[in-house]
Amino acid sequence: MGFAGRDVLSILDFSREDLEELFSVADYMEKAVKEKRKLKLLEGYIVALAFLEPSTRTMYSFQSATHRLGGYALVFSSREATSLAKGENYADTIRMLDSYSDLIVIRSRYEGAAKYVADIAENPVINGGDGKHEHPTQTMIDLYTMKRLFGDIDGLTIGVLGDLKYARTIASLLYGLTRYKPKKVYLISPSILRIREEVRDTITRLGLPIEEVSSLRDIIGELDVLYVTRIQKERYPDPMEYERVKHAFKITPEVLKDARPELKILHPLPKIDEIDLRVDNLPYAAYFYQARLGVPLRMALLALVLGVWR
Amino acid sequence: MSGEKGLLVSKIRDGTVIDHISAGKALKVLRILGITGSEGFRVAIVMNADSRKLGRKDIIKLENKYLSKKEVDLIALVAPTATINIIRDYDVVEKYNVSLPEEITGLIKCPNPNCITRKPREVALSRFRLLRKDPVVLECCYCGARVLGEDVEKYLEA
Repeated sequence: MGFAGRDVLSILDFSREDLEELFSVADYMEKAVKEKRKLKLLEGYIVALAFLEPSTRTMYSFQSATHRLGGYALVFSSREATSLAKGENYADTIRMLDSYSDLIVIRSRYEGAAKYVADIAENPVINGGDGKHEHPTQTMIDLYTMKRLFGDIDGLTIGVLGDLKYARTIASLLYGLTRYKPKKVYLISPSILRIREEVRDTITRLGLPIEEVSSLRDIIGELDVLYVTRIQKERYPDPMEYERVKHAFKITPEVLKDARPELKILHPLPKIDEIDLRVDNLPYAAYFYQARLGVPLRMALLALVLGVWR
Repeated sequence: MSGEKGLLVSKIRDGTVIDHISAGKALKVLRILGITGSEGFRVAIVMNADSRKLGRKDIIKLENKYLSKKEVDLIALVAPTATINIIRDYDVVEKYNVSLPEEITGLIKCPNPNCITRKPREVALSRFRLLRKDPVVLECCYCGARVLGEDVEKYLEA
């Protein structure tokens, strides 16, 4: 199934072949940017970035991607920037944005918002994160990063750590990994933040080899990739319990002393204090590289969905 | 219809009889069908009648009202054993069992309060797909939240 005209709502809508096609276009985009070539693929195109919940990385990387391709980005950077603050509903806002642009990227705090927007809009819609549901373009970046780092995702042992219950990047990443054949996926979290039942059911049904563990120390030596997300304070009513958990799941040079030399740490960013700052300078840290790949990957996605990539 | 013995409700000449409804579920069935009683046609509800098959059962008779298979399939959510009899001139001219449709729109409220379909100012109708039949598991097409068959009644739209 081709990309042109397609909505990007869930990573589960994409096959391995789709993802591989996307990654090869992203390779081209990265090279073009590196060589400072001026691309005009989106000349005359307008992309609406409807970020109805705060975002920096996703929004700016979509904006940068649009501009790098010679297109124009209409940015609605918060709820206040649109009439939503005056009480207009999503449906009316989207009809307006749809008529002003060729594609809408939507970020919302409500689960299912991207699909709802796609029901209304005639132009393609890209989900830039909907509540705790999904963040498919982040997963595309995550998988692309693994592929660039290791050459292949098949056969990797991957640890996914942190807030597995509420982080949309985790749900999407696990769904995305079902398109590949990793050797093992360890789900590392405190017991109250284990993956949601519907996510567990889906990935198990799709044959992802998972194992839930509550400590990183026992398995750190097996990992090729450690994907970290933040454990948020608001999940814990008891601040003492939060401090204990935060400490137990923090990535420090000491925790990494048993890691394989090939280990790469990924993080969707922003990170606060879940990774010790000293780790940033270790060869394990790949999250800044991962963030850099966000622009070429999103350039590739925009070009494919808008049907201008030939 | 063994349950009819001794009942006060007479046979209908034309219409639909929904038989073998699990005991006590008749009102829920009417709710799913959207029948409020203000439509004008006569409705007879028999609850907790004797049944050879079920022990106890409910029966609904709708006079001069014919329900399509698509309409009645939804009642499988609360009454999977129900059978539908279409009556013309006192004869059963059609009889079928109910079976759950693959997709259900606008009937069940998503259990996730943060789902876009729960936002009162939006026009998104709830939409669920049938993920599993036995036991019944429904999945919200928008946010992915799930509803188990046994919990469906809790989430019927008002």
